[in-house]
Amino acid sequence: MATKVVMEALSPTMEEGRLVEWKKAEGDAVATGDVLAEVETDKAVMELVARADGVLLKRVVADGDTVPVAQVVGWIGAEGETIPEGGGTAPAAAPPAKEKDKAEAAPSAPEPAAPAPAPAAGNDRVKASPVARKIAAERGLDLGSIAGSGPDGRVIMRDLEGATAKPAAAAATIGASVFTDLPLSQMRKTIAKRLVQSIGPIPTFYLTVEVDMERAHEAREALLARDDKGKFSFNDLIIRASAEALTRHPFVNAWWMDDKIRQWQDVHVGVAVAVDEGLITPIIRHADRKTLREIAGEVRELAGRARAKKLAPEEYTGATFTVSNLGMFGIDDFTAIINPPEVAILAVGRIEQKPVVANGELEIRRRMRMTLSCDHRVVDGATGAQFLKTLVEMLENPLALVW
Amino acid sequence: MATLTYRDALNAALREEMQRDGDVYLMGEEVAEYNGAYKVSRGLLEEFGAKRVVDTPIAELGFAGIGVGSAMVGLRPVVEMMTWNFALLAIDQIVNVAAKIRYMSGGQIGCPIVFRGPGGAALQLGAQHSQAFESWYAHIPGLKVVMPATPADAKGLLKSAIRDDNPVIFIEGEMLYNLKGEVPDEEYLIPLGVADIKREGADATIVCHSKTVAPALNAAKTLEDEGLDVEVIDLRTIRPLDEAAVLRSVRKTHRLVIAEEGWGFAGVGAQVADLVQREAFDDLDAPVIRVHQADVPMPYNKHLEKAAKVDATKIAAAVRTVCYRD
Amino acid sequence: MAVSTDTAPRPTRRADADAYRDEWTDWLRMMLLIRRFEERAGEAYSIGHIGGFCHLYIGQEAVAVGTISALRDDDYVISAYREHGQALARGMTARSVMAELFGKATGCSGGKGGSMHLFDLERGFMGGHGIVGGQIPLGAGFAFAAKYRETEQLSLTYFGEAAANIGSFHEALNIAALWKLPAIFVIENNGYGMGTAVRRSAAITDLADRAASYGMPGVVVDGQDVIAVREATDEAVARARAGEGPTLMDIRTYRYVGHSMSDAPHGTYRSKDEVEEFRQRDPILVLEERMREAGLLDDAALEALEAEVTAEVADAVQFAEESPEPDADQLWTDVLAPVKEND
Repeated sequence: MATKVVMEALSPTMEEGRLVEWKKAEGDAVATGDVLAEVETDKAVMELVARADGVLLKRVVADGDTVPVAQVVGWIGAEGETIPEGGGTAPAAAPPAKEKDKAEAAPSAPEPAAPAPAPAAGNDRVKASPVARKIAAERGLDLGSIAGSGPDGRVIMRDLEGATAKPAAAAATIGASVFTDLPLSQMRKTIAKRLVQSIGPIPTFYLTVEVDMERAHEAREALLARDDKGKFSFNDLIIRASAEALTRHPFVNAWWMDDKIRQWQDVHVGVAVAVDEGLITPIIRHADRKTLREIAGEVRELAGRARAKKLAPEEYTGATFTVSNLGMFGIDDFTAIINPPEVAILAVGRIEQKPVVANGELEIRRRMRMTLSCDHRVVDGATGAQFLKTLVEMLENPLALVW
Repeated sequence: MATLTYRDALNAALREEMQRDGDVYLMGEEVAEYNGAYKVSRGLLEEFGAKRVVDTPIAELGFAGIGVGSAMVGLRPVVEMMTWNFALLAIDQIVNVAAKIRYMSGGQIGCPIVFRGPGGAALQLGAQHSQAFESWYAHIPGLKVVMPATPADAKGLLKSAIRDDNPVIFIEGEMLYNLKGEVPDEEYLIPLGVADIKREGADATIVCHSKTVAPALNAAKTLEDEGLDVEVIDLRTIRPLDEAAVLRSVRKTHRLVIAEEGWGFAGVGAQVADLVQREAFDDLDAPVIRVHQADVPMPYNKHLEKAAKVDATKIAAAVRTVCYRD
Repeated sequence: MAVSTDTAPRPTRRADADAYRDEWTDWLRMMLLIRRFEERAGEAYSIGHIGGFCHLYIGQEAVAVGTISALRDDDYVISAYREHGQALARGMTARSVMAELFGKATGCSGGKGGSMHLFDLERGFMGGHGIVGGQIPLGAGFAFAAKYRETEQLSLTYFGEAAANIGSFHEALNIAALWKLPAIFVIENNGYGMGTAVRRSAAITDLADRAASYGMPGVVVDGQDVIAVREATDEAVARARAGEGPTLMDIRTYRYVGHSMSDAPHGTYRSKDEVEEFRQRDPILVLEERMREAGLLDDAALEALEAEVTAEVADAVQFAEESPEPDADQLWTDVLAPVKEND
């Protein structure tokens, strides 16, 4: 029996998709996993793949057509097989969601509210005792980074003694993300309620600092002189420094979940990238565990694919913090809007040489202004200020990042 | 508190319950004039007479059935099996009648009876006299299975068993009869279905019962010198199983060794392990290890017999394994 | 052939029929009730209203009626799995027995027992047991309890002739005789253990002879003559009440039907002619003729009895059909005794 090809939900928020271009002609042999067509979602151009083996019997929609999610766009079946009556035209309405074909064809989209990277995907390969798994989950430990002392390297309870939430020397792979859910205290609830009444759904306040970027500039020049492959932008440095600061100020590396605060152990920094039609924020996962060189390479690669609309949903969902930099547009400073459920966003302005008083003397120095937008339900003034202080210290003394 | 042997503690329990309730009688081979094959019933014939301390022919099926029948109409017999090996001849009455008469009759007819006697191996008695059958009886809904390890438990549990309105399989140990221990002077009962923490510890749990309790405690002592703090849980009652006590301990220690005298296949330990993997899976730090008799008929030769039996050394080794110390 | 060791003359019902009009009428009625009940049970089984094993009593009615009629209400009766007739003879209602066969909540065992496990503690009917010979020591146990309590109750234990070859028979009879228990052991000898004839399962065919080895009297009784059964039972009851110990009765009878519902009345192990021959001595017919000879029964009276029992059985079937199934939670009840508040 012929199998329907339907418009799949290829992003968390996608309701319809434009079939940009068929990659298979009617009559072509197809195997499960073959790319059938390119589909433009609200965020990117994605691949629609075959969910059955056989022959592409029929293209129901043409290149360029926009169709709702779950609508039939084509049929796969045995060569010469006829498709069901009425299957050759686009139906007026999408088939019911519970229809079997749809359930098979449409992979469940990540929940927008909690797009955590596939949990336990990394852990499945790790041998660990049940209680070790439980403790690791509670304490935010990455079992994959812990050497197991049990039979066949099984991670057991004692291996977790002294392990810290941020395991050193861990390979920065997209693996399990761990977090701690904090129940809301009465005070936290009251603060949240009052502030929302006062200012809107996200009671935001702003903290601005000016950073001296002389040393950062020197460091960048030195690296560039040494190796022209060592290219990095100031923004890459800011991402790296932010990640480091986030590990020390977990309240900023968090989500507001309405009934609780989810404090992430992992640091996933979203980087706002301007694209033709707007804005997308690819994510540098585990930015706290990556070198500046890795971050620089990753940002360039992600930004390139973002502009080409080739990002996969998991590449732009699930950030725990976001950096937005308009310095390249000559903006001195600005305030950015928080991307919920994140609780803070850093807005970075341009670096400019200006006179400052240092050591009692007037000096010309490279200066940069940053503004942290904070969700007051989670981040209080002092919390935000402490985070910024750490961040400024790192940027003003980049050596601290490798210390 | 008085120090009594396990045997005398059982004797005291029988005497007290026979004094308390005229419907309680003792029946079995050699229980009266011979004073019991293991002298558990010493002095009872003199005190209660031949009507209530009844010698039987060697006819386990016959007298077990007579006991069950008398219990169906309201007496409270204590039927002594000279050893549980011989009770195999009576198992039809225990399993097909005592255990299910209440259910088959829609609740009309009960069977308040205690079958008691020594189970398991002694020393060099060979294959037919060295068998632990508790898991056979524990398999049967409608039966309770009780296995005391100490004199105090023996007395308190036997008194409860006699007062219980259900058929109770009460398995003693030939090697335990001379065990001495403190027994409270005042009257007391130990409820069926309640395990006892014989030793508290934090690093691993040994679940045991009857004759494996003493070696488990010895193993715990040895391991203490190695820096391992072992908890010893004596089940005391196999059925109903005190599941909460086992789970509480495993959730604390995360490591479990189960020691039992009988064979492993479908044994008591299999049931406990099933419970723990189901209800405390996320608390385990190591696979559960069972220590039990070698899966062979018991040999006569004393070296072979020792190799077949559970002992403190084997239990301690298992604890080291679950603690990743080997 | 063994006979009772007690040869003292006893008053005989045969000589003085008129005085027994009511009693014999009752017996005739009960035998008719059992017969009609079993016929309807067979029908209900064939249409799936009764499940599992079902062993009918047709042909053996005089055994149950002749023995049980000799008992006191507080005596104990225990049987094997062919016990519908004994349950009815003991006074259990056709409704409660039929409902049990149907597995209904209103059955005498709440639907948890079935055909092989009928119980009525109030009437001292102690089951319905499914393991051949398993009930024999139990019957001795009831007698032990009666003696222990000095109540002058006795126990009547039924089993088939094939059960006389099993260990529990020997063990229980030896102990019962040794302890002089007030017990009556009835070999309900229908000639076949399933399909195995007595001569193919025992080296002696007069099983009553075995009584001698336990030191108790053994009697052979014509099981198709309810009066003979009753008279022999009276003697055993008298012995038991007098503290003289148990009696073994070998009551010769015949079942006209198969061992259970899954076999034909005749076949490889016995001939159709044999079954027909025994039908000529149908226990109902035997009593009927005796009563007619003595002027205690006419066609009208017999028809009236027939109508009565037919209605009673029809009512029982309807009751069983209309009764509720046991509640689902009954699965979990009666496994253990209810927990006592306090000792």
